[in-house]
Amino acid sequence: MRLILTYFIGLIFGVGIAVSGMANPAKVINFFDVAGTWDPSLAFVMGGALIVTALGYRFVLKRPAPMMSASFQLPTRRDLDPMLICGSALFGIGWGIAGFCPGGALPALGTGHSQVFIFVAALIVGICVAKVLQATLTKRASAQA
Amino acid sequence: MFETAFTLFQSLGGGALIGLAAVLLMVTLGRVMGATGILAGLLQPVSLLDWSWRAAVLAGMISGPAVVLVLTGQMPAVQVPVSTTMLVIGGFIVGIGVTFGAGCTSGHGVCGMARLSPRSIAATLTFMITMGLTVYVIRHILGA
Repeated sequence: MRLILTYFIGLIFGVGIAVSGMANPAKVINFFDVAGTWDPSLAFVMGGALIVTALGYRFVLKRPAPMMSASFQLPTRRDLDPMLICGSALFGIGWGIAGFCPGGALPALGTGHSQVFIFVAALIVGICVAKVLQATLTKRASAQA
Repeated sequence: MFETAFTLFQSLGGGALIGLAAVLLMVTLGRVMGATGILAGLLQPVSLLDWSWRAAVLAGMISGPAVVLVLTGQMPAVQVPVSTTMLVIGGFIVGIGVTFGAGCTSGHGVCGMARLSPRSIAATLTFMITMGLTVYVIRHILGA
């Protein structure tokens, strides 16, 4: 039951990504190409998603707990650290080079386009390398402490 | 190949669906709808129960284009205006970046910004700026 429900939630997300144009790197890159072939669509994707999520979260997070789980699992940190900023800066650079972000690429796998599989494979390698690096850095930091 | 049409209603409607999915995942499982977190959790399973909801969400996401095909008679367009080498380099850098930055467009840009999280607002501004600069450098300075 829980899995069928989460499948449909993923499906709504996937349809949203596909319909909005976020699965299309040409469109995503054009949003940022203000000096060239500018396409403002992405602003409306973000706008639509943000309005619905902000309103929805206001009601949902007033509940004592989610419907099918013991508690809400929200990030609690509020501080800005160099890792967050450097990581995000790197993400933007990679996004600009390839035109895909993870949320756009995962649903795009469903189109069967071979280039999407190449991007996602490289993305997974990047995540794994970063996880190993992160673990090494944490170990070193705790050894020094 | 580089020209794309401005799609006001599809983008707004698609965005609203992305938001709806985020709200539904929060009200049922109490989880953030972040593509990075969902994928990373699939690669590093903590328990079968945790792994299974991530796999179900991913399966749903991947089914999205097929549903669009059935409803509209057209597969959503995927135009890749960059070389395979750029895809591989870009994908690798994105993987490193989203792991250290703890999120991507869906996690920070939608779910985090909707909660007014200072970390997500800073992360989103940062990756939007570096994305824009990268596109400018590649297209207009290097002329690729």
